[in-house]
Amino acid sequence: MKRRDFVGLTSLAAGALFLPSIPGFGMGNAVDPAQLLEQVDPAIKKRMADAALNAAKSAGASYADVRIGRYLNQGIFTREKQVQNIASTESYGIGVRVIANGTWGFAATNDVSEAGAAKAAQTAVGIAKANSKVQKEQVQLAPQKGFGEVSWKTPIVQNAFEVPIAQKVALLLAANAKALDNGASFVNSALFQVNEQKYFASTDGSYIDQDVHRIYPTFGVTVVDRASGKFRSRQALSSPMGLGYEYLTPKAADKVAGPAGSDVTGYKMSYDILEDAAAAAKQAKAKITAKSVVPGKYDLVLDPHHLGLTIHESVGHPLELDRVLGYEANYAGTSFATLDKWKSGKFQYGSKEVNIVADKLQPGSLGAVGYDDEGVKTKEWDLIKQGILVNYEKIRDQAQMVGQNESDGCCYSQSWQDVQFQRMPNVSLRPGQGKLSVDELVKGVDKGIYIAGNGSFSIDQQRYNFQFGGQVFYAIEKGKITGMLEDVAYQANTQEFWNSCAATCDASDYRFAGFFNDGKGQPAQSSAVSHGSATTRFNGVNVINTARKIG
Amino acid sequence: MAILSQEQAQAILQKVLSFSKADECQATLTGRTAGNIRYARNNVSTAGHSDNVSLAVESRYGKRSGVATCNQFDDDTLRRCVQRAEETAKLAPEDPEYMPMLGPQQYLTPNSFAAKTAGDTADARAQAAADSIDLCVARKLTVAGFLENSTSFRALRNSKGLQAYQPETFVDFSVTVRTPDGTGSGYAVADYTDVGKFNAKALTQIAADKAAGSVGAKAMEPGKYTVILEPAALVSDEGLLNRLFYELGAREADEGRSFLSKKGGGNKLGQKLFDERITIYSDPTNLEAPGRVFDDEGQPVKKMTWVEKGVLKNLYYSRFWAQKSKATATAFPSNFIMSGGTQSTADLIKGTAKGILVTRLWYIRDVDPQSLLVTGLTRDGTFYIENGKIKHPVKNFRFNESPVIMLNNIEAIGKPVRLGGNLVPPLKIRDFTFTSLSDAV
Repeated sequence: MKRRDFVGLTSLAAGALFLPSIPGFGMGNAVDPAQLLEQVDPAIKKRMADAALNAAKSAGASYADVRIGRYLNQGIFTREKQVQNIASTESYGIGVRVIANGTWGFAATNDVSEAGAAKAAQTAVGIAKANSKVQKEQVQLAPQKGFGEVSWKTPIVQNAFEVPIAQKVALLLAANAKALDNGASFVNSALFQVNEQKYFASTDGSYIDQDVHRIYPTFGVTVVDRASGKFRSRQALSSPMGLGYEYLTPKAADKVAGPAGSDVTGYKMSYDILEDAAAAAKQAKAKITAKSVVPGKYDLVLDPHHLGLTIHESVGHPLELDRVLGYEANYAGTSFATLDKWKSGKFQYGSKEVNIVADKLQPGSLGAVGYDDEGVKTKEWDLIKQGILVNYEKIRDQAQMVGQNESDGCCYSQSWQDVQFQRMPNVSLRPGQGKLSVDELVKGVDKGIYIAGNGSFSIDQQRYNFQFGGQVFYAIEKGKITGMLEDVAYQANTQEFWNSCAATCDASDYRFAGFFNDGKGQPAQSSAVSHGSATTRFNGVNVINTARKIG
Repeated sequence: MAILSQEQAQAILQKVLSFSKADECQATLTGRTAGNIRYARNNVSTAGHSDNVSLAVESRYGKRSGVATCNQFDDDTLRRCVQRAEETAKLAPEDPEYMPMLGPQQYLTPNSFAAKTAGDTADARAQAAADSIDLCVARKLTVAGFLENSTSFRALRNSKGLQAYQPETFVDFSVTVRTPDGTGSGYAVADYTDVGKFNAKALTQIAADKAAGSVGAKAMEPGKYTVILEPAALVSDEGLLNRLFYELGAREADEGRSFLSKKGGGNKLGQKLFDERITIYSDPTNLEAPGRVFDDEGQPVKKMTWVEKGVLKNLYYSRFWAQKSKATATAFPSNFIMSGGTQSTADLIKGTAKGILVTRLWYIRDVDPQSLLVTGLTRDGTFYIENGKIKHPVKNFRFNESPVIMLNNIEAIGKPVRLGGNLVPPLKIRDFTFTSLSDAV
């Protein structure tokens, strides 16, 4: 069985047989933490990059780019009172991408030297030439100026790799203790830290040195009721972020209360893992005896941690231009948001409340970088304006296919040994213009369900039909939260769902949900992306009851 | 140097161990070289080649453990790598679940390497893509596909005398054919140890026939139907049985948080959970779907029966949990084999009065771990069967179903085929639960 079959960080679930196998954590080499802080001199990387670019040109490439990448990961895994694993990994190597005879070629090597770089370039040109024999349409790149020697760094306060492991372990074990004190039978917690030291150079004249940081603290709490044989779990309401260790120093200003009567707290740019672990244990326990939902139509009030995943699946993915054009037909799928719908200028993706923007800029987001992995400076652009589909997500070799002459700067590769391709930027729902609090939003709902936290998620390969669960569910009756529900999932069609969007809260409620392991491509690659939104109401959505008996 | 022989690999590992001063030391060397080609819209899109070798050293002092790695192989680098592992071990907390490293083990002789696959070239991959594209262009269809050939090895050695080595080759191919207007779609997928068995044209033909045959799909009411699930719907990137295979852990069951937990405590070992025609085992030396003969700790992987005639015979026990439970530790296998009969999918269709043929499933996710309920959708070839014949294509469905319930509703079991390194038969299942329709093609 292939490793990717059981990839799944979001299900750092109770009952997981193994530690999650996460792309980027499983593939690297384990490395001593002390070694992680030494950076490689850009001058050395420039010499290797030039060796690759020159070798590619000599071998007949019309374009070449080289990525020299050092990918550092550290994962700390604990359960209850003990550490399960501390894995520090490093992966260092060179990937060279070329166009020869109008065809792409790519080769990668862990021989990090001028000779290794040149040899990879020659292999890449050889592959491009072999494939050009079956190529009918030549690759056309949108023009891109060179930036010379430039650099960019994630604006972090404290590098998580510099924090002693003992301190990080102590925090996770303290969170576990909070969960156990509040009734958890089991708790698994983990802290993931990522540092991508990426050097990009191309025959366009760019030499771009970037230092990208990400962090993700998370846990799963399970309560087992031996008498009834029932068990229920609640996962952390943290998000992976483009931040340093400062994310784990909670600030009062970053806490956002859910509606009155819900006992939910959301988090913005910092996270209180101890508070959330205690809440999770209490909520998991309450889920065991919570009322099982009566299926039917409900108005849904979705918190940003939950809604981020719905945005990801039903807006972020269908607007990836490679899916729309058919490049992902054999794996991730195609898209219902076809070019004719976009060209009409009238396709009502959602209601007038729906304004969705793409970007690679928002501070603290996972998508934020200075330049993408093909040397394009990053930006922000509209995807959906007042409900109308206005644009897609695209890279250099796709722009001309939709009559545009500029990349959106969302090309990414998970490592030096994988070819870069179009990936999802941050895709966010703009908050409402008028003042609207969560309590005011709930007040107008007669029969509804408030859902917090993302849970089970599934959507078809063209992004029409989806089903989402959540972490915690609360009944809303006549404008008030009246108690917890269980066995809730909603099924909808993307266009109907977004057209049922009735209102979204104001900017004071806006925050990110993020994902570390968005999968696409063959060989499959993982990328990290954030989705900002405020709590939002959707009217008349079909809710099913998911409880089944297996005897 | 991506692929080392047993002698070359063990020579490096022996040298690494000679530098160790720790109580215990284990060194693991892995290497992989892989070439791929990807195509879509009847054109090659991307292709690539990658090479990597790495060494991991685990050193232990008492119950403290540290790991370090390197990917250069001169003496100085190897010595520094061992020292770093030892320094990390001295700083690590004691592991309450510590198990001593294993001594020498007996392994089955692996048959997971085919020289022909290891000798594959970029030109051969381009030719396979061309065969697939040409067939679809001739039939005015649009194809997207992916082919990857890889050769890899793993070698282990530790201070207690354990030595292990295994080379592997893998060929991975999948193809999706669509009608240019997007109203029909078909799929085929296969994997092999030996590239000599691979035929891009034959597989593309299957996908093309399904694509052409799925135009004009009719909507049917969601509900409970008899279904024939092809192997790709059972084990692949998205398969209904994947989740079941990976939920066979004793510890989670004993802890009360698995579908295999018993009410009041303990697990369901020895209980009849499925139809008596269900037998599932692992066998690393299976000729058609060979697997790994040792796991990451160096435990031998042997033939192991998980489910026999519907009865749960074995669970996965880590070495720690086995010791605690007075059970035998289980090396986790790399393949699963489900016993079957002699009927092909076509034979199963012939014997079906009314039912739905499912080529493939998509986006399968857990809904309730208590019942192992999962949701997902049909994709790339869903057809209505009446009186033993495919009557017409149907629109795709979303399902909500538990593999546990499904394996109790068996109507017929076909002939197993290799997929994802496993052997799995097509299954005919009654009362399979479709909950809504999807417009996706």
